[in-house]
Amino acid sequence: MKESIKIASGQGFWGDLIDAPYNQVTKGDIDYLVMDYLAEVTMSILQKQKNKNPKLGYARDIPELMRRILPICKERNIKIITNGGGVNPVACAEAVIDTAKSLGLNKLKIAVVLKDNIMERIDDIIFKGCELRNMETNDSIVSVKEKLLSANVYFGAFPIVEGLSGGADIVITGRTTDTGLTLAPMIHEFGWKENDFDLLSAGTIAGHILECGAQSSGGNFLGDWQTIPNMAEIGFPIAEAYPNGEFIITKHKNTGGRVSFETVAEQLVYEIGDPKEYITPDCVADFTTIKLEDLGKDRVRVYDIKGKRATDFYKVSCSYESGYSASASLTYSYPQALTKAKAADKILRKRLENLQLKFDEIRTEYIGYNSCHGPLSTEIEEDKINEIMLRVAVRSSDYASVERFGKEIAPLILTGPPSVTGFAGGRPKPSEVVAYWPALMPKTMVKPEIKFIDLQKEDVI
Amino acid sequence: MKIKLLDIAHGRSGDKGDAANIGIIAYEEKGFEIIKNQLTADRVKKHFEGICFGKVERYELPNLRALNFLLHNTLGGGGTVSLKHDAQGKTLAAALLRMEIEY
Repeated sequence: MKESIKIASGQGFWGDLIDAPYNQVTKGDIDYLVMDYLAEVTMSILQKQKNKNPKLGYARDIPELMRRILPICKERNIKIITNGGGVNPVACAEAVIDTAKSLGLNKLKIAVVLKDNIMERIDDIIFKGCELRNMETNDSIVSVKEKLLSANVYFGAFPIVEGLSGGADIVITGRTTDTGLTLAPMIHEFGWKENDFDLLSAGTIAGHILECGAQSSGGNFLGDWQTIPNMAEIGFPIAEAYPNGEFIITKHKNTGGRVSFETVAEQLVYEIGDPKEYITPDCVADFTTIKLEDLGKDRVRVYDIKGKRATDFYKVSCSYESGYSASASLTYSYPQALTKAKAADKILRKRLENLQLKFDEIRTEYIGYNSCHGPLSTEIEEDKINEIMLRVAVRSSDYASVERFGKEIAPLILTGPPSVTGFAGGRPKPSEVVAYWPALMPKTMVKPEIKFIDLQKEDVI
Repeated sequence: MKIKLLDIAHGRSGDKGDAANIGIIAYEEKGFEIIKNQLTADRVKKHFEGICFGKVERYELPNLRALNFLLHNTLGGGGTVSLKHDAQGKTLAAALLRMEIEY
């Protein structure tokens, strides 16, 4: 067994710094590169792409990224784990195999985790007695079944472990928990068992710290953010993990950013609910047991983590069509910028009303004044305001109403208050609203499946 | 003495569906005692009047000198449904740090 392994975060979301994974594999030693590409709505976008072209439906940045990092990862024996397979992890793996071939690599084994996509099985699942009730409203999924865009089970770390045990250089999954990507190599290397709940919780919490990329190494840091060094070349976090469940959060030397008690603590409290009940498919981690020790020099020791048995359910993330929305903005300048913006909003609303359009919601915000903190915003003297951006957004089940809203913005320039600018890019088009449907499903109803794709053998096992 | 919460604490916020999560971390133990005593769920609910339309849940993480708040019915439907400029509540931690507290 290795004494410790280094797991590096290469991507906090799809759209994160393109060079981050490259820097992680080149600026220092690591054993694993983990990359999270999937937000809750990403699956529906990918499903739409796959519906149009059965070869798509995964994070298309991956093959290009692999062109840059695969030769390095092969040479240094760095394993790659990503959930960027989206709704088509096999196609993603095939694209990576093609990239490897074009690079002249002759050995590469990819493990693909399958069966998280339950879109085709919804009727069967309902028939078998699981109505995938919405965790917030308790409604049965039957009510939105016709509008469903995607439905995926969140798998945990163990299917990835199976891939690693099978000798994979790369593991590509669909909907896997962000934390599972980081936990998996620890289970694999240290031989942790399914009932080692404290250890699994430790690895899960390491995953939580890594899953948003540089958010734990000085990015988006609300403390004394001005003192964070060299954010332009910010280093992404690395977990140096030990068999007893302790780990150290750090980053490569000679990179920007900071790893401290404060930067790690901010990430730990990010997007959590009850800290004693952080539920994953692998365990229920207790965030109140976490102890942090700032060792200095961008090293924070994380230890003493406790947790308990996982629940008998997988979380299911579904998305469905829920009408249309559009937003538009116009900028008003001094003098009386806010007064002008408010007057324009009033005129716009009167016109929308006269047109008898149907909206579920019309929302007005004044950027530069109250769009972030609403009623908590400080009143500003009109005289001291240089400019205000008026932002109006609408949502409706009626496409025509949203489309017409888009045509009522530009006219305000010549038919409303003066010193207005910033209307470029044409009429805002209605975009489809994709709503999110969280549910639970008994673990007994779905089983992950691992498929290996081997470049050397040129076939599928 | 009255001070702003941002003088003794920092934090981060994000979305959980239509609920916003706000984690507040005190820089020092003394600060944690203060926020533990003064940042009640009721006080936070009142602070976010006109923003948070649901209940506020409060949790303590003493090892991190932190409190976590879940503000239900806050993000205008959440996710892609929300029409808010800050649909994910990213700036709400900073909004809570505006609060005046007794030091």
